[in-house]
Amino acid sequence: MNYEAVIALEVHVELATRSKIFCGCPTTFGAEPNTQVCPICLGHPGVLPVLNRRAVELAVRAALALNCEVHPESVFARKNYFYPDLPKGYQITQYDRPLATGGHLDLEVGGEVRRVRIRRVHLEEDTGKSFHGGDAHGSSPEHSLVDYNRAGVPLIEIVSEPDCRSPAEAGAYVEELRSVLEYAGVSDVRMEEGSLRCEPNVSLRPVGSERLGVPVELKNLNSIRAVERALVYEIERQSALLAAGGEVRRETRRWDEGSGTTRLMRVKETADDYRYFPEPDLLPLGLDAAWIESIRRSLPELRAARRERLVRDYGLPPYDAAVLTASRSLADYFEETVRLTGDPKTVSNWLMGDVMRLLNETGVGASVLRGRDSTFPPASLAELVALVQEGTISGKMAKEVLEEAFRTGRSPRDLVREKGLSQISDTAELEAVVDRVIEASPAAVDEFRAGKEKALGFLVGQVMKETEGKANPKLVNELLRKKL
Amino acid sequence: MKLIDRTASQLATLLQDGEVTRSEVVEAFLDRIDAVDESVAAFLHVTADRARRLARAADKAAEGGATPGGVPFALKDNMCTRGIPTTSGSRILEGYRPPYSATVASRLEDAGFILLGKTNLDEFAMGSSTENSGYFPTANPWDLRRVPGGSSGGSAAAVAAFEVPFALGSDTGGSIRQPASFCGVVGLKPTYGLVSRYGLVAFASSLDQIGPITRDVTDAAMVLNLIAGPDPLDSTSARVRAPDYTQALVPDVDGLVAGLPKELFGEGIDPEVKARVSEAAGVLGDLGVQVEECSLPHATYALDMYYIIAPAEASSNLARYDGTRYGFRYGVGESPAEGPARPEPGGEDPPPGLAAEAARPGPADLLEMYVETRRRGFGPEVKRRIMLGTYVLSAGYYDAYYLRAQKARTLLRQDFERAFSRYDFLISPTCPTVAFPLGEKVDDPLQMYLADLCTIPASLAGLPALSLPCGFSQGLPVGLQLMGPPFSEELLLRVGFAYEQRTDHHTKRPPLLGVKRR
Repeated sequence: MNYEAVIALEVHVELATRSKIFCGCPTTFGAEPNTQVCPICLGHPGVLPVLNRRAVELAVRAALALNCEVHPESVFARKNYFYPDLPKGYQITQYDRPLATGGHLDLEVGGEVRRVRIRRVHLEEDTGKSFHGGDAHGSSPEHSLVDYNRAGVPLIEIVSEPDCRSPAEAGAYVEELRSVLEYAGVSDVRMEEGSLRCEPNVSLRPVGSERLGVPVELKNLNSIRAVERALVYEIERQSALLAAGGEVRRETRRWDEGSGTTRLMRVKETADDYRYFPEPDLLPLGLDAAWIESIRRSLPELRAARRERLVRDYGLPPYDAAVLTASRSLADYFEETVRLTGDPKTVSNWLMGDVMRLLNETGVGASVLRGRDSTFPPASLAELVALVQEGTISGKMAKEVLEEAFRTGRSPRDLVREKGLSQISDTAELEAVVDRVIEASPAAVDEFRAGKEKALGFLVGQVMKETEGKANPKLVNELLRKKL
Repeated sequence: MKLIDRTASQLATLLQDGEVTRSEVVEAFLDRIDAVDESVAAFLHVTADRARRLARAADKAAEGGATPGGVPFALKDNMCTRGIPTTSGSRILEGYRPPYSATVASRLEDAGFILLGKTNLDEFAMGSSTENSGYFPTANPWDLRRVPGGSSGGSAAAVAAFEVPFALGSDTGGSIRQPASFCGVVGLKPTYGLVSRYGLVAFASSLDQIGPITRDVTDAAMVLNLIAGPDPLDSTSARVRAPDYTQALVPDVDGLVAGLPKELFGEGIDPEVKARVSEAAGVLGDLGVQVEECSLPHATYALDMYYIIAPAEASSNLARYDGTRYGFRYGVGESPAEGPARPEPGGEDPPPGLAAEAARPGPADLLEMYVETRRRGFGPEVKRRIMLGTYVLSAGYYDAYYLRAQKARTLLRQDFERAFSRYDFLISPTCPTVAFPLGEKVDDPLQMYLADLCTIPASLAGLPALSLPCGFSQGLPVGLQLMGPPFSEELLLRVGFAYEQRTDHHTKRPPLLGVKRR
């Protein structure tokens, strides 16, 4: 029998607020354990939550960017369960009356546009983080430790309909989601830091069947690649199971990056009973229609619109526009550089080539590149492009300068000056070298005069050799032709 | 007149005028606590040294000119006080010192009032007799063999025994009014949202409300002035500016119309209590209030609604006591090693001698830590309500219980709205009976629950209600309850004040029989 995969995704995204959702504690990533906590996020007796307005605003932005309907009234609920990283013994979330419902994302997969519907977007608080069995911070097999810095960090949960049919589509969905959320400025969407966490569930059904199979939920996916790989593995595992006459169990499995397999975490015999009920410590969240509209108006241009604009306004090939708009910061970087140099295609080439390679190699995000501590701000790339344009350095030299500037944070112009890298564009100086080369290579000179264009290349090469590559190749060409 | 015989308002005036020092006042009440609390057992912790220190400092500051405040007070021990033990009457919080103070505690202390100590209560405010305290029961100053009511029994008994001029209580289904009634003092449960709940150890969040327990209505108005008003730390606190409640204290109620709901004046109400309330209605009539019988049809179901909604919220609110971050954890330290052995609900064997627990190795795993911490840390009534609440919120039962109870609650609220379209306020007994003997109802939770029959309706509707002494039955105080529309505290205080001017029930003093209790 042929099976078809049906994939739905639950994505948790940390909102880029400065403080937590129900208290004033900071949300900085990577602080010492339990340094960003207070009686409220530690769940001391008697504390009460006060909703962070900025978190609501960002959640509304996200919902609007995902084409959802934002409800004028939504309700917080308590999700009750016991776990040490859950300080109050319940999570404040939204249940039967979420912030927003009924959105969608359009993806391009294999040249085709696919629409993935979004069921709901709701606001909730994050939990703390547990450390077990000596995995970090001095926990041991005998005792676990909990870091509550993350407890109370604002999250949105984005639940898709089961509209993806392949790992590639699921990957494209997460990619597009990440891009949209980054564009909307609601999160820094770093999967590796956990600010975007993706939990797909996948089931198989006979092709043509309308009924959904038994879903298996996957966890511990720290990159889009991991999402795709885990789904590929899981679909194969389930197919093999069904082919062998077995049954898929409703369970949660953990992706293991090292072995490239999924492992059973727990079996869900019955639906968990979280005993949801409306959170009595918070009033229903009433949103003013005018406020929602003002957020809608303040939404930045999203990826698709920007892609089109880059083609239209800068004359970029659609491919370039697609690559550059993959992240809002990269596109911003592009536009800032072009404003300084006015040469879109050259800037695009540099960005898509060497700059993106260096970003990948160093693991630096494009947002950092635009930041205050950037080693290679748009001004540096603009400088580099200008150095090539004015003939001070060759394209080949520029590659080296770029790499060094990127790694050291020094300005390209300073580097060129310091290393004496500028090309020789002085006609008098070059003329002397050209004369020497002509005299030393009679055979090649004769060949060229006999009409062999190739011989000119040899002569240019000789000049470059004499000048240790600093000669302006264009000028050398001209001089040789003139003299011969 | 001795200092302890003065009301809070009188003391405030004496202090303001420089006629007495704060230290003198504090010493007078500390002496009284020393003398009688062995019998009454109202206090879980007396903060004597701290109070003396604060009083001395304030006296010194006052030398340069008058400073306000200085009147001592007590807090029910479910209100957090930074660095001062706060147990909520539970062994599971034995030794817990909160890292922050409740808004009400800060407001009183910021105004210069001096905390004398934390008063006893039914564990997590669940009970009507203070016998569910995880530490010891409190006695009724009018008869030490009887209960002071609950759950704010410690606060009411402390005020009735002149151990403190006023105290704060919390009221979820009657926990301020019922003990005030049993102890012959004034108790006000404000409108839900008028007083911040920040720092009040939560029992049932949609019902809990803090209010004053005082010797007269004037003091209730003065204390309410200090604690009422919006708090940015409590999202459910009403965004209304509180008026000056002492301005409402004028004995003019002529022309008001009051309703007496028959559902709160029928079966189950002691005839003597009925008689006192009827007399009180007569006094109101003399003052020009027209009193008529009325009906709150859904009040009949109020207890049923309450025992679904309150335990549901409690089961969630009490989940945080899991031994992970603070308070008692099974296998660590000695707590809760002392105190009387408690019977387990459902006829289970009592836990083995708790003192032996300290010697045991720690929990084998997380589940054991949770189970044993909560099994040993909570008392039977708390466990009973956690189980009830967990049950009514469970999938498949939610609609039948919790949702229906909430719908019924809306109907009850509408009953009140209808009544208030005709009546300015409602009257009823505060409790069906006078204080009952210690131990009489501990084994019969349903009988115990009936003690809140008349107070629960106003709680469910979030309405203000005031309990006033209105006479005696067999030498024990009877309470009159006044209920009003939301934020009608001024009206209730005015009626209470007018009634007090005509009667002397609130000036009667308990005999304080010399039975030692601890």
